[in-house]
Formats: sequence, C-alpha cells, structure tokens
Amino acid sequence: MSLQLDFPAVLERWPSFLAGAVLTLELAAFATVLGALLGTLAAVGRGTHNSLIAGACKIYVETIRNTPLLVQIFLVYFGLASLGLKFSAFTVAVTALTINVGAYTAEIMRAGFEAIPRGQIEAAEGLALSRLQIYWHIILLPAVEKVYPALTSQFVLLMLASSVCSQISAEELTAVANYIQSDTYRAFETYIIVAVLYVILSLVMRAGFWGLGLVLFPRRRRLGTPL
Amino acid sequence: MGGHLNINHLMFLGQGALWTIGLSVIALIGGGIVGFVIALARISPLKSVRLASAVYVQLIQGTPLLVILFLGYFGLAAIGLKVSPLTAASASLTLYVAAYLGEIWRGCIQSVPKPQWEAAEGLALTRTQRMIKVILPQAIRIATPPTVGFMVQIIKNTSLASVVGFVELMRSGQIVNNSLFEPFAIYAIIAVTYFAMCYPLSLFSQRLERRMGRGRSNLAPA
Repeated sequence: MSLQLDFPAVLERWPSFLAGAVLTLELAAFATVLGALLGTLAAVGRGTHNSLIAGACKIYVETIRNTPLLVQIFLVYFGLASLGLKFSAFTVAVTALTINVGAYTAEIMRAGFEAIPRGQIEAAEGLALSRLQIYWHIILLPAVEKVYPALTSQFVLLMLASSVCSQISAEELTAVANYIQSDTYRAFETYIIVAVLYVILSLVMRAGFWGLGLVLFPRRRRLGTPL
Repeated sequence: MGGHLNINHLMFLGQGALWTIGLSVIALIGGGIVGFVIALARISPLKSVRLASAVYVQLIQGTPLLVILFLGYFGLAAIGLKVSPLTAASASLTLYVAAYLGEIWRGCIQSVPKPQWEAAEGLALTRTQRMIKVILPQAIRIATPPTVGFMVQIIKNTSLASVVGFVELMRSGQIVNNSLFEPFAIYAIIAVTYFAMCYPLSLFSQRLERRMGRGRSNLAPA
C-alpha cells in the first residue's frame, strides 16, 4: 500500500482551522485567568489556620489532580444538566478547564508561598504593614515571581488539554479537525495540520508569557534569572 | 434504555479498569524504554543527536495527546497497516510518555553532582562504564519520585484512549451509560475509580520525595 497525501484538499478549509484555533486560544485565555484566581484562593485557603477551609481546599486539589480531565468535563457537563441548568458547550468547557487548572495552580502557588522566607514576613510586620499589604507585597507578588516559569508551563499544558473539550462538542481546534476529517476522509493530513497548529500555538503562548515576564518582573530581568 | 446499575455493569466497569491498568503498564514500559534512549540522546556528545532529540521532545510536548492518538489511529491506517485500537493507543502513548519521561530523566542524570562525572573520568572509566557504574545508579535514586508522580499522569491520560474506541475504564463507562443513561452517577463512579488508582501513587511519590529530600540535604555540603 502506498501512502498518498493530499494536503491542499484539507488546507482549503483554512477558515475553519483558523476559527478553531481562535476558539482554543479563547478557551485557554478564560480558563487561565479564572483558574489562576481560583488556584491562588485555594492555595491561600490551604495555608489558613481554619482546618475546615484548609481541608476543603486539600480535598479539592487532590480530587482534581487524581482524576482525568475527560471525566471532569463529563461530570460538569452532565452535572449542570441534571441540575436543570443549560449552558453552551463553551461555558461548560471553560468551567471544567478552570476547575481543573485551578487545582494545579494551587499546588504551584503553595510551593511559591512556602518559598517565602519567614524573616521577610516578620520584617514586614515590624514595619507595621497591614495584613493585606503583607499578603500582597511580601507574599503574593514574590511568590508569583518565583513560580512564574512553572505556572506558564502549566497554562501551556492547559491549552493543549483543552483539545479534550472536543468531546462535549465545543467547536475548538480538535473538534474542527474531527469534523473536517469526517467530511474529507483525509484524516492523516488533517491531524498533521492540527498538530502543527498546536505546536505553533504553544510556541506563541510560551513567547507571550516570556515577554509578559520581562515586563512584570524587571527585578528578575536585572538579576539575569531566566524566565 | 432503562434498568438499574447491576452487578454485570459493575463487572464490565471492573474489566475496563483492568484494561486501564494494562494500558498504563504498556505505556510506562514502552515510554520508559524509548524515553531512556531520548534522555541519553539529549546529553549525547553529538550535536545532531542532541538536536534531533530536542526537536522530538518539543514537537510531542507541543501537541495534545488527543491529536497524537488520532494520528496514531488514522496515520497507521493511512499507510495501510490495519491497527487495533489497542495497538494505536499503545503506540501513541509510548511516543507521548517517552517525550516527558525523557526530559524528566535527562534532568535527573544531569543533576548527579559534577564531581562524580569528573571522578569517574579521572579513574579512566570509559563513557559507557561511567554511565552504568557511576552516574545511572545515582540518577535512578533521584528519578524515582518524579517517575512515580508521572505514573499518575499516565493513568489519567489513558482515559483519552477511549476516543479511538479502546474499551478501558472511561469507554466502558460510556458504554454502560449508553444503556442506562445515568451519566452523573456513572461518571462519578468512574472518577472515584480513577482516584482510587491514582491517589496511592501520588501519596507514594510525595513520601519518596520527602525521604529523598532528607537524604540529599545530608549529602549537600561537599
């Protein structure tokens, strides 16, 4: 059997590929921002002295980190439906991805918080900074700076993982590919193109985060620490 | 349609769970073998080998596993090989796991302290002897906790093999759901089963890490 590849037949569907790639980036962007907030809250919650809150945050993080994203997406999808709530596939996808990446972000942020030397917090207390000021300037910002590379890798992985949302018919890049290959019978070419698009998207995201890091953390840039 | 969850359904789910474990083991062994080669290639003295393996890792790590699975399933069919879902899933997961384990293990090999490499060289060991007798035994110790941690990822990722029709835990859940239509209850059972497989490994990995941390901090000042 010989392999005959016909890329032009598939490439002429480029507007669909583009729309899918844009939706993938939108999913990733929403889930990244919301997941970063949720994860930071969960990390703060795990560090509180209230054992009820700390326990709840731990259960959240461990449950999510030890079950597959595909199962989580289906649970959110059918869970919301069984509550009688009807949402678009996009909303369900963003919700599930946010819950998912929130747990991973929480673990990374916790590592960041633990890396803040105790003495710095004591020094801030000595300077009579308020609790809120301490949390923001002494704990949160330096912690984010420390774990920034790990966070960004996690968010790129999230973008790749959003391909799983094709299973609940959110029209992102992989769903577009599934549709095009069933229409053109050119599965191999379609998925090669989509794979290349994902590699490009992940490189673009990495470059974007790197640039953002240079702007956000000028101190780090001066120290010459790689982002 | 209709009916209730009965013992036969649970048996079917149990069978799916066994296949999840089976596929994970295949992916770990296959990915481990290829990943080991990748790890060595990444630190090879030959620039072309280093470059080729780095490109491989970047490509795989920049592509979702779902797309790799589709490529394996349809790609092998396109070159005229008739592949079963199990073969396609095993091949795709092997390639995927190899890229990640290769990077993890490269880091572990490189984190063996520099003087160890130099001492081995000073004892006139060849490159192969140096690797096998000095570096790898220490690297394996460093590599154990992250590898166990990554096994959790492998188990979770096998759930994606359901989309190419391989009947593992997730797919068997979907099949049961097609006859009962109680999605929330069934996927909750599936989630609990995955958790039961993954959580012990997570805990084990954490414990290994802590133990390693103590051992290493004792060795640190040199």
